[in-house]
Amino acid sequence: MIELTSASATAFVAQAVSVFDVGDGFVVPLLLKLVFILAMFFVVPILGGYLEHKVMGRMQDRRGPVEAGPFGSLQLVADGIKFIQKEDVIPRAADPWVFAMAPGVALVPVLLVLLVIPIGPGVFALDLELGLFYALAISSISTLGILMGGWASANKFSLLGGLRAAGQLIAYELPLILAAAAVALQAGTLSLVGIVEAQATFLIPGTDINLWYLFPQLLGFGIFFLAAMAELARPPFDMPIADSELVFGYMTEYTGIKFAMFLLTEYAGMIVMGGLIAVLYLGGWQLLPGVPLPGCEGAGGIFDCGWQGQLLGVAVTLGKMMLIVFLFVWARVTYPRLREDQLQRMAWLVLVPLALLNLAVITVAKVVF
Amino acid sequence: MATTSPPGVGLLKGLAVTIKHVFSRPSTQMYPKERPDLPPRSRGVIALMEENCTVCMLCARECPDWCIYIDSHKETVPPAKEGGRARTRNVLDRFAIDFALCMYCGICVEVCPFDALWWSPEFEYSEYSMGLLLHEKDKLREWADTVPPPPPLEEGALPPAEVADAIEKAAKQRELAAAEEAEAAVQAEATTGAAAAPAAGKKAEPEIEVTAGQIDQETFDKLIAEGKSERIARSKAKAAWVKKEKARLKAEMEASGGGEAAAEAPAPKPAEVHVEAGQIDQETYDQLIAEGKTERMARAKAKAAYVKKEKARLRAEQAAAAATPAAGTPATAETAEAPAAEAPASGAPATDAAPASGAPAAKRLGDVHVEGTGEIDQETFDRLIAEGKSERIARSKAKAAWVKKRKQELLDQEGDA
Repeated sequence: MIELTSASATAFVAQAVSVFDVGDGFVVPLLLKLVFILAMFFVVPILGGYLEHKVMGRMQDRRGPVEAGPFGSLQLVADGIKFIQKEDVIPRAADPWVFAMAPGVALVPVLLVLLVIPIGPGVFALDLELGLFYALAISSISTLGILMGGWASANKFSLLGGLRAAGQLIAYELPLILAAAAVALQAGTLSLVGIVEAQATFLIPGTDINLWYLFPQLLGFGIFFLAAMAELARPPFDMPIADSELVFGYMTEYTGIKFAMFLLTEYAGMIVMGGLIAVLYLGGWQLLPGVPLPGCEGAGGIFDCGWQGQLLGVAVTLGKMMLIVFLFVWARVTYPRLREDQLQRMAWLVLVPLALLNLAVITVAKVVF
Repeated sequence: MATTSPPGVGLLKGLAVTIKHVFSRPSTQMYPKERPDLPPRSRGVIALMEENCTVCMLCARECPDWCIYIDSHKETVPPAKEGGRARTRNVLDRFAIDFALCMYCGICVEVCPFDALWWSPEFEYSEYSMGLLLHEKDKLREWADTVPPPPPLEEGALPPAEVADAIEKAAKQRELAAAEEAEAAVQAEATTGAAAAPAAGKKAEPEIEVTAGQIDQETFDKLIAEGKSERIARSKAKAAWVKKEKARLKAEMEASGGGEAAAEAPAPKPAEVHVEAGQIDQETYDQLIAEGKTERMARAKAKAAYVKKEKARLRAEQAAAAATPAAGTPATAETAEAPAAEAPASGAPATDAAPASGAPAAKRLGDVHVEGTGEIDQETFDRLIAEGKSERIARSKAKAAWVKKRKQELLDQEGDA
């Protein structure tokens, strides 16, 4: 690890040093970080998608994909190749520019959020001081892409889907941010790396027992989880897609690579949300509460690890992400779709008050202890 | 959510259901790699057992899609035995099912009365060309090799109706045989215990060996006159001859040995030819009962036998009485004897023929007209039968021979006169 002088003096200051900051140059770390982000963007969603296919299949007494690659593991790769080959149809009545841009507008924010999510000791592209704020703010832009797609398709089903997505935003955004705010409050920082560090050092007041934020903020975890599902528009909150009502919602008119981009938005969004939940509530790359990674005993067990420790940390974080993906899928298979008004009712009458209560309790506890 | 359970319990129950299925075996069948596990009565393809098909066309007519094509021609089959009728049967030339049209309703399999059509679970016969889905009979015959055996019946299920019937029938027969055996044993005991006269008669019965080769002309004529077929009349007349012969032999034996039966027999001996059927022929009755016939039938037959016997006896008496006044016209006696020559127990036609044909024949000498009323020349008949001719032919020829003989006799008679 090479010490790096602070390169920026803005508010988006890199707090910790990434493993990709190799040497004094600018280009090499940048390329390494790009490779890292793109790998996270293309490989991990495929893992999550494979997990979803398999788990959903088994829960429905099926086998899931079995043909493409070993145990069907390359099914999503095959799907991607297929989507690239398909004809890119733009409806005649559609607004071609908006129609073409919408998948990108939906996809790029997810890519950008990956920038700040740490998946191992030092394994991150950027550690922003306002990391959590950045992540939540950027991820909401996806909805804009969905609304653009729904509007530009010149299709009533697409339009309804897009409007539902926009309406859904009103429901989930507030509980999501309130729950995350409680975590930031407890950690005392908005930096995602800092939150992981804070969890590693958080002790139950008066004892030596280390805990992840999952336990003091179980309520907040539940709220964040539900809100994340709603943001991803996944069943039981898939009203924007609602294939039994709206054909395929805002994706109805999309084909080929653009459709694939929307799908990738969903899968990458699952990974991003899984990463955020892992960082905010599950202690990041820590093996167990109070158990640092092997080789990371020094320096609080957070950073000074060998490469084995870093790899293990990455594996642990990815495992936690997949666990969250599994929970998403589990809920998806189990529960029927809600109506839009039911989501609004639940969000405003249950989730927001509970999130406020959670925030208040954490605030009081933070002040008291 | 039930009102009794706290909120959220139903949601957790739902999660429990889905997570259980993760660890249960998926119901997927890896079809192209493995044979699917098909139910035993799957409707894959229709197979044809060509041997069973009689070209009855039921399947083709019932097919809602009209996708069964049958061609056939008729062939004449020579009669199974001499004198029989030649039969025609249908020979299947083409049997084809167009599986491009077939909707797998199975009606053809259902209606086939000869089990020529079967369902086979084979289903992998898709083709790139629709015309290739027209399976001709050789292909359909190949499918028949893939028809699985019928699945075993469920535990405790009733056997199929036909099997149950057969089992019941066999059981009944065994029971009947056992009962007869027991009865025979009891009777045997009784006969050995009490050496009564009827027992002696019964004992003597098996000793009377009569070979059936001749017919009782009287019975035969009567039956023919009743409109029975020649065949039936012949066989019954044969039986009657045997019966009579036996009765005669028995009577002889009894006459020599003496006994109750012998005493009983001469009792009803009135002079009238008409015999009232009121009594039964005990011998016949016993015999029939021993053969396992019902009492009713044995009684009826025994009555008939009694009437027959009695008539025969009376006629013989009459003939004996008439022989003296009719001596002036010996031809009548001769002609009467001719057909009855082979039936010694019966002088029956004599009485019938004497007044009918004898007198006018003597008057009208020129044109000899003889009308056969069923009489046959037994000699000719026997000869032809011995030569291997069919009964039918032998009979008709024997009739002709009788007419010829009769004419000759009449001519001879004329010459004599």
